[in-house]
Amino acid sequence: MPVDLEKILRPVDRPMPPFPPKYMTIASGEEMVIRQVDRDEIPDVLSHVAPLMAVERDFYDVVAARVYAELLAYYRHRMQDEYVLVAQIDGEICAVVNGRMVDEKTGMSLHTLSLRRGLRIGAHAFAAKMEYHMDILGHDEVLVVAESPIGFRRWMIEYKLEKRFDIPHELGGVPSYALTRPLFERARGTLVIGRRPVPEGLLAKAKEAILPPSDPPTPPEDLMAATRSKYDPTGTALILQRWVQEGKVRG
Amino acid sequence: MRDVYAVGIGITSFGRLEYPLSEIAAYPVMMALRDSGLREVDQLYVANMGSGRVNHQTGLASAVVDTLSLTPAGAEVIENGPASGASALKQGFFAVASGVHDVVAVTGAERMREVNNLEATEFVATLTHPIAESIYGVTLPSLAGMFTRAYMEKYGVTSRHLAMVAVKNQNNALLNEFAHLHQEISIEGILDSPESMTNNPFVADPLRFFDCCPVSDGGACVILASREVAEKTGRPLVRLAGVGQATDTHCVHEREEPTDLLAVRRAAKAAFQMAGVGPSDVDVAELHDAFTILEIVESEEAGFFKKGEGHLALERGETQRDGRLPINVSGGLKGRGHPVGATGIAQAHEIVLELRGEAGERQVEDPKVGFTCNFGGFGNNVVCLVFRREN
Repeated sequence: MPVDLEKILRPVDRPMPPFPPKYMTIASGEEMVIRQVDRDEIPDVLSHVAPLMAVERDFYDVVAARVYAELLAYYRHRMQDEYVLVAQIDGEICAVVNGRMVDEKTGMSLHTLSLRRGLRIGAHAFAAKMEYHMDILGHDEVLVVAESPIGFRRWMIEYKLEKRFDIPHELGGVPSYALTRPLFERARGTLVIGRRPVPEGLLAKAKEAILPPSDPPTPPEDLMAATRSKYDPTGTALILQRWVQEGKVRG
Repeated sequence: MRDVYAVGIGITSFGRLEYPLSEIAAYPVMMALRDSGLREVDQLYVANMGSGRVNHQTGLASAVVDTLSLTPAGAEVIENGPASGASALKQGFFAVASGVHDVVAVTGAERMREVNNLEATEFVATLTHPIAESIYGVTLPSLAGMFTRAYMEKYGVTSRHLAMVAVKNQNNALLNEFAHLHQEISIEGILDSPESMTNNPFVADPLRFFDCCPVSDGGACVILASREVAEKTGRPLVRLAGVGQATDTHCVHEREEPTDLLAVRRAAKAAFQMAGVGPSDVDVAELHDAFTILEIVESEEAGFFKKGEGHLALERGETQRDGRLPINVSGGLKGRGHPVGATGIAQAHEIVLELRGEAGERQVEDPKVGFTCNFGGFGNNVVCLVFRREN
């Protein structure tokens, strides 16, 4: 009797109510829409995430590689109970956040990837993710970790997350932090903001196409920057050599 | 005294730099040497406030002069808090004006992003009075917050005026390739929208996030030289025509009138007197807007507007890039960034660029006189400079 191996390998997703889209005015005055993307929109998102795997700055390379893998696994049905939200301004992708449901009471925050830096774009997207877990999925707490110092400042410090160090997080098995319902309620209205419903035209523009970021993060000028120690005495010579090669200074 | 000219300028990007402090100081000197066509200097001054504390490095000038292979030129660090840059330019000015040296490189550098923002704020707060201020947790944002509140009550400045300064300067920085912040902001986004309180939260009431300059790494250099040398370089002749410095009480609360910045008033007056011009002659100015309120108040204390009317000039658009007196076309500390030791020199860099007519998209129309105000402490040690174009 033939065995359909795909039925064994493909996890069965539990029903998850959709995230109702919302929008907000960011500091630039632009209106940013945050919405859930369908599985068939994932290839578009992946094409914008892929270039960031080469950005050796602020852990963009690590986060982008992991987001790529998680979204690809979602697309190909190799991850259970995952969801993906995107933030868009005039259709342009500004942030991607994802997570998954562990059980009826617990959520697992996976990643927050800003494709346009500053103006709290990533922070707003993360807040929307927490809102999804708490208000829509009805979770009591969400397990969170940060890969970069920026993430640590935004999540652990701004939300004052509680330690759950006895629970290894799915991202690398590192000790977890948790957003609890009381912490979430304290953040509501200050860190967790946005308006609903999204005006029809604004939402239609976002759904029309997921456009590439116009000002994505770029790799550092010095390719050795991320690996060089703070006081490496050879740094001067290497940089000077490069400047001479580039004609920026006389040899 | 001999006339002193700015013959070469150089600057790094401001923001977070990923190379050592000595290189942040050295790189703009190399650029300035290339700009001037000179290969040697007699003396190097390095403006820096925090290398010993933040970067675990002292004797910075010795490191920089060697990095640049400029030995045996003299080399010293000048530290005067956030006014270190203009103080170093002042020393360079007197070194050339006195006839002791013909060519002096004045560079400023800071690598503040080596520590987090809380530590950086605490580091800058070391300039406050240790017994009367610092011990009680006073920081520069807290002093600025109290100062702003008093100014609002006395002169009618509002949060909208502060936001107007923030928007003007941060959007000016969009045209400055070296600026720290390249993010357009709007009054709607930081003040009027339902989300503005999250986008722009209070830091030290009434000052909000976008009222405060960022913590930056960066370096800038101006090479000063005698007229004889300046003429040989073939570069446009920009003279450092006026240097003024004044001090005020160390503790802010000891000032007779807390809303007056007497050191700015006196330093500006001295600089104008030396240069033989007045505030009405100035075509472009770089003011020390570490907090948005400071641009408004300094514009009054320098004599550009009547006391208590700086915000009205702002309302009329007079300080915009195309206004009667463009202020902080570089983005100022607010948009360009504020690596404390480098700021005063970055201000001078911008003014020289403008007076030469080399400021590109942010060039103001045919400026002949430029002014800088570098504000140390909370107004307790201020250095003002006046530059004049001569050809």
